[in-house]
Amino acid sequence: MPGKSRRDFLKSSALIGAGITGLSSSSAKATPKNILSPDRMGVLVDTTVCVGCRNCEWACKDAHGLPAGDLESYENRKILEQKRRPDPSALTVINEYSPGKYSNLPVDVKVQCMHCDHPACVSACIVGAFTKEENGSVIWDTGKCIGCRYCMVACPFQIPTFEYDKAINPLITKCDFCFDRTKEGKLPACVDICPVEALTYGPRMELVMIARDRIRRNPDRYINHIFGEAEVGGTSWLYLASKDFNDLGFPELGKDPAPGVSESIQHGIFAYFVPPASLYALLGGMMWLSKRRKELEQEEKI
Amino acid sequence: MNHEGLNPVPLKRKFFTPGVIVLCILALNAVVFLAIRFLFGLGAVTNLNDQYPWGLWIGVDVAAGVALAAGGFTTAALGHVMHREEYAAVIRPALLTAMLGYTFVAFGVFVDIGRWYYIWHPLIMWNGNSALFEVGICVIIYLAVLYIEFLPIITERFIGKVNLPGILSKLNKIVDKILRLLDRGLSKTMFIFIIAGVVLSTLHQSSLGTLMVIAGAKMHPLWQTPILPLLFLLSAIAVGFPMVIFESLIASRSLNLKPEMHILSKLGAMMAPLLGLYLAFKIGDMFIRETFVYLTEPNTASVMFTVEILFGVVIPLRMLLSQRVLRSPALLFTAATLVVAGVLLNRINNFIVAYTPPYAIESYFPAIGEISVTVGFVAMLVLLYRFFAIYFPIVSLPGKPATQAAKYTVKGVK
Repeated sequence: MPGKSRRDFLKSSALIGAGITGLSSSSAKATPKNILSPDRMGVLVDTTVCVGCRNCEWACKDAHGLPAGDLESYENRKILEQKRRPDPSALTVINEYSPGKYSNLPVDVKVQCMHCDHPACVSACIVGAFTKEENGSVIWDTGKCIGCRYCMVACPFQIPTFEYDKAINPLITKCDFCFDRTKEGKLPACVDICPVEALTYGPRMELVMIARDRIRRNPDRYINHIFGEAEVGGTSWLYLASKDFNDLGFPELGKDPAPGVSESIQHGIFAYFVPPASLYALLGGMMWLSKRRKELEQEEKI
Repeated sequence: MNHEGLNPVPLKRKFFTPGVIVLCILALNAVVFLAIRFLFGLGAVTNLNDQYPWGLWIGVDVAAGVALAAGGFTTAALGHVMHREEYAAVIRPALLTAMLGYTFVAFGVFVDIGRWYYIWHPLIMWNGNSALFEVGICVIIYLAVLYIEFLPIITERFIGKVNLPGILSKLNKIVDKILRLLDRGLSKTMFIFIIAGVVLSTLHQSSLGTLMVIAGAKMHPLWQTPILPLLFLLSAIAVGFPMVIFESLIASRSLNLKPEMHILSKLGAMMAPLLGLYLAFKIGDMFIRETFVYLTEPNTASVMFTVEILFGVVIPLRMLLSQRVLRSPALLFTAATLVVAGVLLNRINNFIVAYTPPYAIESYFPAIGEISVTVGFVAMLVLLYRFFAIYFPIVSLPGKPATQAAKYTVKGVK
């Protein structure tokens, strides 16, 4: 009888091993779409040009079916006295800061999703709802979302927001880079409406060149830093400014992609299920040996 | 297989006592807040917002819940994998804790996620890069494994005693037969599930630590480290036996049994090296990353970190090195409680205190609703534990001769 159960044991262990190998081949594909196309688009935000008219806020709401109100009501600059963040009712907002080195006018900064080249949200999302598309947009499939809010924990720019007051179908919201508009060849709504051309839409690689060129030609106007060129491995949205980005409400971030460390840990632990399968085999071996030792002890007693 | 003095039996006590009624009130209070949560959304009962997306429910109900249920896999490894039969008496109580603990972890996730009706999505929508996906999948599978490991206790309770009321009594024989079949099948295959349980536990206990790594600079440097998964795993292993001791001593007090000091002292002796290993990595990490500089800033983070290390690790570690502590139920209970509280605090620190989002307006403190639900879940867990201990063969009474029932005790490891 003990002999038989030992054979059973080996048989089932082999079966489990086979099962795990089968699993690993299918799970290798189980990652969301995350394309880093060389032709991906971006937007260059020149904060030295922006006048803080907030037309982009209106256009964004209008394009996303959010209550937008009259465009005229956005002329009221009182709201710029407080620092705001995007929320489910406004996917982009303008914040105003004290003047930089270039002029005496205040600096206005548009805030929205940066559309990272290596997005933390895409890596984090439990159901793989987020994707980085070929045109650079980081978008998400609301139908998959379970509302766990891990994307909000992961995002280095604190961008995704959540509808805490809805009991049924609360949404994660953020800027989607007007994915539906750009698909049809239209400009993102904010870029389209900007009256002073503070926003430039184009291939990210070219935008970096344009930004460098502007800094080189106007060293008095700009600080020598393109925010988003290197931060967290690069972002589709790039910023130029006349003062330090830390004083303009930008977080201080390194050059490593936000999901880099966690993904390498994750893949190290799993590595095609070899470590878990080895642990299973090791524990199985230990169990078998300790059982055998016990049996031998008992036989000796008899 | 007969174990000397091992005889898990239903305890046949009165279920309701004044303490139990207090627990019932706490549980009902939670139900009220849960109703509000499901009718009006998370915002109605929690202080969560766009700056602090995760709060008490994730930090305590889920993260600490998983850690404190670690006794299930550490005792299974000790008793079944290493065949240390002298510990057999604590396996069932630890298994019951793990089963109930993980059930409430699942409840915690269920009430915390905004779209609770999509909780099954991770089963078919996979993201291998996500630490949360890995935690989710492992917890789901492990929960199933725990239920399977618990089944023999159910079959043992009912085999030969099936007595359905009224017209259903005709089915008694068939149900009994099914139970016997189930029991036979389980006892042959149980070792598969026991090993799987240990592997799944090591995987998700560590991945729970990976969760916050992606938050990067949003997490205070005293806690943010690439070895978080290792620290989480080591602390989970270290808290397994203290949790068993903690519960066993509380249960023997409340159910009026003699404390099983001969086993608990031995478990206590194993705690010191496990705690020491955890402390070594924790301190080593602090020195390699030179984060001790943050301890000189007097703020919530440095105080919480110091309390966590000093009261949760250093003091109990020193206590457990003394034979006097190991032999005294009161002192051993104190040491075990400190370790349990230390790991609880560590999870709270990692998920709540350390999280400092860049655009926070005011820091997060849980709302009455969140605290009520967490307290209520703990109350429900204790009530269910008491229910199972009274009506199912969980607790072994020392000294009594092993009865026929004992042949079902260690499934599949004959």
